[in-house]
Amino acid sequence: MMFFEAKNIVKQYAGHTALKGVSISVSEGSIFGLLGPNGAGKTTLIRIINQITGPDSGEVFFNGEPLKAEHVHHIGYLPEERGLYKKMKVGEQSIYLAQLKGMSKQDATAKLQAWFKKFDILEWWDKKVEELSKGMAQKIQFITTILHEPKLLIFDEPFSGFDPINANLLKKEILELRDKGCTIIFSTHNMASVEEICDHIALIHKSEKILDGSFEDIKKEYRTNTYNVSFTGDQEKLKANLSSDIEILEHQSGKEFESLRLKLNNGTSSNDLLNQILPHVEIVSFNEIIPSMNDIFIRVVNEKNLSLDFE
Amino acid sequence: MNKILIIIQREYLSRVKKKSFLLLTFLTPILIAGIYAFMIWMMMKDDTEKRTIGVINESELVSPVESKDFTTFEYLENTSFDEAKKMLDTKGYYALLKIPKDILESQSTELFSFKQVTIEVKSEVGSQIRNHIETIKRSKIIAEANMPDLEQKLAATKTPISVKTIKFGDDGEIKQSSTEIAMGLGFAMSFIIYMFIFMYGVQVMRGVIEEKSNRIIEVIISSVKPFQLMMGKIVGVAMVGLTQFLMWVILSGAIIMIGSAIFLPGLDASSIQQASSISQLPSTGQAMNQAQLNMMQDVLGTFDMAYIMSILGGFIFFFLAGYLLYSALFAAVGSAVDNETETQQFMLPISLPLVLALYIGMAAAKNPEGAIAFWGSIIPLTSPIVMLVRIPFGVPLWELLLSMGLLVASFIFVTWVAAKIYRTGILMYGKKVSYKEIWKWLRYHR
Repeated sequence: MMFFEAKNIVKQYAGHTALKGVSISVSEGSIFGLLGPNGAGKTTLIRIINQITGPDSGEVFFNGEPLKAEHVHHIGYLPEERGLYKKMKVGEQSIYLAQLKGMSKQDATAKLQAWFKKFDILEWWDKKVEELSKGMAQKIQFITTILHEPKLLIFDEPFSGFDPINANLLKKEILELRDKGCTIIFSTHNMASVEEICDHIALIHKSEKILDGSFEDIKKEYRTNTYNVSFTGDQEKLKANLSSDIEILEHQSGKEFESLRLKLNNGTSSNDLLNQILPHVEIVSFNEIIPSMNDIFIRVVNEKNLSLDFE
Repeated sequence: MNKILIIIQREYLSRVKKKSFLLLTFLTPILIAGIYAFMIWMMMKDDTEKRTIGVINESELVSPVESKDFTTFEYLENTSFDEAKKMLDTKGYYALLKIPKDILESQSTELFSFKQVTIEVKSEVGSQIRNHIETIKRSKIIAEANMPDLEQKLAATKTPISVKTIKFGDDGEIKQSSTEIAMGLGFAMSFIIYMFIFMYGVQVMRGVIEEKSNRIIEVIISSVKPFQLMMGKIVGVAMVGLTQFLMWVILSGAIIMIGSAIFLPGLDASSIQQASSISQLPSTGQAMNQAQLNMMQDVLGTFDMAYIMSILGGFIFFFLAGYLLYSALFAAVGSAVDNETETQQFMLPISLPLVLALYIGMAAAKNPEGAIAFWGSIIPLTSPIVMLVRIPFGVPLWELLLSMGLLVASFIFVTWVAAKIYRTGILMYGKKVSYKEIWKWLRYHR
């Protein structure tokens, strides 16, 4: 069952269209990656989901119901532009933000204490935010985003501005939440940062969705049958003995071994390739080159004859 | 709990708990009381400095100035001006008075000194010589007229008139009123509103800018509607202002009462009145006293319950409505900019009507029925200030209702417009915003 759906969302601002009929479907308990360059329209879509702004046309469904005001209590949102009141104390401020999400003061306090204990930051409770480092503040922001146990979590550029340690902590907690049944939407231009944890991906480019599918399907669809072979031995001899269905894309000579990038055409399998190589040289490593989401994005844009320049 | 209440609570508590708020709240009354105490002390304190003034009398007047209180006059016979000038140093004279030969014709005399002479000395010298000459002239006329009791007869012609102002009430009942009180009250109230709108409107604006520059705004408006946040902030800040205002009134009152009980025992209204009437022209002291007594009666007669209630009610209404109207505009300005330095271009259209209203208010205090006063008290942007100047003079009910109705309607309209600007503005970063841009925002439907 689809936990969240947006159908044919159109949003226009004076002078430009931010979304031209974009639809996405997010299944329950999955991690959905909304990818695309800056200015593609991702943040607009996310603001529509959060009811910060409304679509000009199109429908949004949350858990099967048309999106309405009460749903904000079940959504956790960590925006790209995020911050805290500098002069407020950490505990007080966390309680305030939780209350705005519909929690009672007692409930919020108890849950906050538990999370602060988990992150070992209980001693910050009475500190002012301005006394905290950026990394510390990010932890608070994360806790306040998930405190009300939202069913849908939305992260806009989640890893920008996080140091590697906090980013890993964040990833770990997000995966834990997913395992508990949370549905998660990531939005980012930094495709490499999320591709390994997304179950489903939608590519947005210039206000339109240009690609949509499960991570595995996309990777399968866009595999290029390109392999990398590193070896020691006579490379001239190897090259001479490869069949014509194997195309040599690139050759690199290293200190200890040579590397070839090969493309297999006309249904040649990786086993065929290995069989051809084995008699001639000693293999150090052998792997398929899987295109990154970035490569896939550029390919899709080129295939569809769309221009690549971003606004 | 309703979300808007949670927001009001935060806006209120976070400001009231600030050190600067506590400092301002407690220090201002002490400062005001201190200034008052100083002024009273200055007024009560006589000039006790002993001064000697050398006099070169070239006229035929016989001792036209006489030593009095702490000022001594020494007549210098057969002394040239240059010698006398040296005496300023050698004999420590405060000043040198030169009465010319033709003083009766020229009606002027000269006072020389190294330092600027005080106003008391100057007026003392002037009035003594004037009295002296007037007495001479008067006795000459009396002698010529051959009427020995002329002086008494002339004195009897002095008749001070006190004008009691009495208004007809709506029910035909007559009410005593005081123009002076009405003017003072109206102007004081409108000035308080002016100050309040500016001080706390700017606080609303700063709060909005703070949320924007802290980047917390998007987190919050994913939980609440921008309108709730804006109204919560406006109401919260208004409550901070009311708290501060109330504290000031209570504290200043307490300090003045305690202070006067300690430092000025036995000081009551009658002795103040006495003190001030004595300091007026001494010759007409008795008459002034009578006039002031009448004024005091006017003042007391003015303060009947209905009058107080109408003023208080008007004050509270226009105070709140005016603040709400302007603070919505201030919030809109705050949302459109990234930091306070950029606010200037948008502040002008807000501060202009406010300042204008203050000037119209001054005109209205002189002529509360004039065209300027009328329109100023009807047009919503100026009405909170101008109408308050007029209310103590009595305003026809239909004008009052029209003004109030227009103010409420425009408050609703302005808040609606401001909310639209606010909603878009708070999510705009790093963009220099123009009026044209804001006009575009107004046309977004959501």
